[in-house]
Amino acid sequence: MMKDKVQHLFNEPACLKNQAKSEKERRVGCSKPLTPGAAAGGCAFDGAKIALQPVTDVAHLVHAPLACEGNSWDNRGSASSGPMLWRTSFTTDLAEIDIVMGQGERKLYKAIREIATRYRPPAIFVYSTCVTALIGDDINAVCRHAAEKYGLPVIPINAPGFVGSKNFGNKLAGEALFEHVMGTVEPDDVGPTDINVLGEFNLSGEFWTVKPLFERLGIRIRASIPGDARYADIAAAHTARVNMVVCSTALVTLARKMQERWGIPFFEGSFYGISATSDALRNTAALLVEQGAAPNLLDRAEALIAEQEARAFARLAPYRARFAGKRVLLNTGGVKSWSVVSALMEIGMEIVGTSVKKSTPEDKERIRTLMRDDPHMFEAMAPRDLYKLLAAGEADIMLSGGRTQFIALKAKVPWLDINQERHNAYAGYDGMVELVRQIDLAIHNPVWEEVRTAAPWDDEGQLTAAHPAASAPMASLVEQVAGDDVPPRAKLVAPAFVARHRKKFADTRVDNTDPNFLAHHRKKFAGGAGDDIGEC
Amino acid sequence: MTKVTAIQKAASINPLKSSQPLGAAFAFLGVEGAMPLFHGGQGCTSFALVLFVRHFKETIPLQTTALDEVATILGGADHLEEALLNLKARANPKLIGVCTTALVETRGEDFAGDLALIKERRACELAGTEIVLVQTPDFDGAIEEGWSKAVTALIDNLVRPEAPGQVIPNQINILPGWHLTVADLELLRETAEAFGLTPNIVPDISGALDGTVPDRWIPTTYGGAPVESIRSLGRATHTIAIGEHMRRPAQRLAETSGIPFTLFESLSSLASVDIFVTLLAQLSGRAVPPKIRRRRRQLEDALLDGHFFFSGKRIAIAAEPDHLYALATFVTGLGAEVAVAVTTTSNSPVLTKVPAQEVRVGDLGDFEDLVTGAACDLLLTHSHGRQAAERLDIPLMRVGFPIFDRLGSQHRRTILYEGVRDLVFDVANVFQAHPQVHTSEGLDSLRERGDYHDGHTQIAHH
Repeated sequence: MMKDKVQHLFNEPACLKNQAKSEKERRVGCSKPLTPGAAAGGCAFDGAKIALQPVTDVAHLVHAPLACEGNSWDNRGSASSGPMLWRTSFTTDLAEIDIVMGQGERKLYKAIREIATRYRPPAIFVYSTCVTALIGDDINAVCRHAAEKYGLPVIPINAPGFVGSKNFGNKLAGEALFEHVMGTVEPDDVGPTDINVLGEFNLSGEFWTVKPLFERLGIRIRASIPGDARYADIAAAHTARVNMVVCSTALVTLARKMQERWGIPFFEGSFYGISATSDALRNTAALLVEQGAAPNLLDRAEALIAEQEARAFARLAPYRARFAGKRVLLNTGGVKSWSVVSALMEIGMEIVGTSVKKSTPEDKERIRTLMRDDPHMFEAMAPRDLYKLLAAGEADIMLSGGRTQFIALKAKVPWLDINQERHNAYAGYDGMVELVRQIDLAIHNPVWEEVRTAAPWDDEGQLTAAHPAASAPMASLVEQVAGDDVPPRAKLVAPAFVARHRKKFADTRVDNTDPNFLAHHRKKFAGGAGDDIGEC
Repeated sequence: MTKVTAIQKAASINPLKSSQPLGAAFAFLGVEGAMPLFHGGQGCTSFALVLFVRHFKETIPLQTTALDEVATILGGADHLEEALLNLKARANPKLIGVCTTALVETRGEDFAGDLALIKERRACELAGTEIVLVQTPDFDGAIEEGWSKAVTALIDNLVRPEAPGQVIPNQINILPGWHLTVADLELLRETAEAFGLTPNIVPDISGALDGTVPDRWIPTTYGGAPVESIRSLGRATHTIAIGEHMRRPAQRLAETSGIPFTLFESLSSLASVDIFVTLLAQLSGRAVPPKIRRRRRQLEDALLDGHFFFSGKRIAIAAEPDHLYALATFVTGLGAEVAVAVTTTSNSPVLTKVPAQEVRVGDLGDFEDLVTGAACDLLLTHSHGRQAAERLDIPLMRVGFPIFDRLGSQHRRTILYEGVRDLVFDVANVFQAHPQVHTSEGLDSLRERGDYHDGHTQIAHH
């Protein structure tokens, strides 16, 4: 059964990557074989849990020995506008004796009972894992019986770690929602402008910067899945008129199946970047009108877009001078590999490189268009090479996820988190301004000059004559401090570092003296649609 | 003797434990040029890695044999072999610490046999890299057991019985428990050196996880106990083990190399530090240096200044057994009471000595339930206690692992005179930051009280 499901999910016709493959390649599937001793990233369970955990009022119960949940709980930055049960960790924490004696199913059943009676959640999601799948615990049966007995939905999430990657787990989570949750509640307030947003995680509450834009247009978000979602909203998601898929690779299958079963059209979009956000609003409005909403929605959407873009660009303008020739390295993949690129180029930053590890052929094509002849695309980069590139001063800042954070920091290069652990909201027009502000703060933090200053001694601890702090006699140093004619710290920065920093890209900088640069770029990147976020 | 009550329920709520293989990997991170390797699925490794990174804010070398569904059914020996060869080729570590996980242990394979065959078959490729196996299924134990097993495995694999006369004078072994911080290990080293002794600390996370910035990219650990130092464990004059869970490796060293050992259940009280310093003086034959004598007087003063804040306070602690014992004896030593004590396992003999009425084996859900209505003034546990602290509106002081929402935990001292002094100040400052609020109604001697149980003055029934 699992094998069929795996094969079936690999065959996603709506997946842009898949469309570019031959029939034979498609059958092989999309998960790359892992290399023992040189693998990175999470497992399918990890992916399933990530995709569903932000559902705020559900009890998430992990049927596993300790590590699956014990080493990973409460580690996501999604935000809830109400229920906090999602942050409570539930696991059967199987002990040796449970496994040896075959007590897994019984313990799971009891755990469901304890949670159902104590917390009374609207639903319980039960996650299978490697060990409980291996010992053959039938979580479907346990969930079915417990649901009948305790009178609440108990949803099995079959995504044991060994079946595949984190991304594959995202897909399995979508399957579970489609099979067991959606369509089980009929709301009494269905409207002509209801939409769902799939693959939006509401990290740091960033969806709350976008939601009011939709509401201004009279569009209601029936369910944002999974960020800040409630169980009943997902159960009623089939009544929406349009689906927007934000994290395409994760939940596009879900969107396609919703289209097939309930006739809900979908489009892929992103809230990262100004033009991407505008397109999201534009496409939503267009699809809703196609679905029968009042046609003036289109004009109202354009008016809102014009107003918001003007405001955002006005707020970004002051940063252009500060970012002149600053070079950014993006190590994130997926849609962010170009949606953030286009946004940063809009304000005159230079892109040293962008990782296309998880990007579709279409993503890559967009990057090529954006960056003219020199795409600077790279697949995954080994930590050692990444360090080398950064230490050589070839970027002024790296934007990536937490996994590579310390590579940048150890190379003494500014770094900004744009993946799931970050603490700032970057979605929408305001989010883009915030991202730029954060980049500005990171690059211009005085700490970089300070940490790049060599110590006043050599490897043997001998004071280096060249270093003012060491060469100045004690008394005069004190005087200098008092007299404020200490040489500026900048002069102490290892000269080689500066040279390396400036050398390579001296001639390739964007000409940001062009007064029409912004307008030019705005036009150029208009019409680009996106997908992505979070785990993509 | 303290009553130890085992877990009763099926659903663990808000786990207190981190997994056993994580504990073993933690120990291997204290070896120079090492690369811990989880034998299991890639998620097992990813979760542990992310947790380490969140705690230490460092790149953490940790790899996986990346078992897929086929290997899960047919066996993981090929993956183990491939992982070892890949690691050797890519990172050339001096030591690879193989930690098994629940996945492979549930399957049940002859890991030692497989590894012996791999070592034999791949002797050329793997030359110059020590490979140490430790069996650490997630369904058993927690950090304490994993760490203890890994140190024992290091001794079993690397220490050779020494010929008589091989003893290095003035060399002592120090086997620290996992709950000691980087700063604690630095303090131990400086203190031993102050007596002219050469401490051989294994594992030594003080060089490896102390947050330095190397000038090049290093794929393995940098710093830590060199493999050569581990080999020379058998040549010391004495072994000092810190924490009951270090009894096993100390005992092993005593059996194989005949080195006597002294076990300290805690070094977080004046009395225990006195014994420690006395031992160093005896081993070195030297007088106690003025610096250390001065530190003791500073601690005396800190205890005098600090005890006001501890007296009568009710403190709730959730920690692994040795850490729980150290914290509980510390706070009760200043006049506080351990109102709630929760730990991860019932297997440690030190639990019966914890100065509390009862030690409950459980999770942070139990902890929260027990604290509710127990009128506690302070919670001591790791960062995952933050939700409970918020709901209960009781201050939380973060101790142990993981601490992911505060910086610098590895540089906090918790043992010896200086460390106890710091602990006194840390805890007292939390109390001062959250003073008891006095209101006119609260102090009104004629107010309707029902009875005299108003929490802070209530005395637990003994």
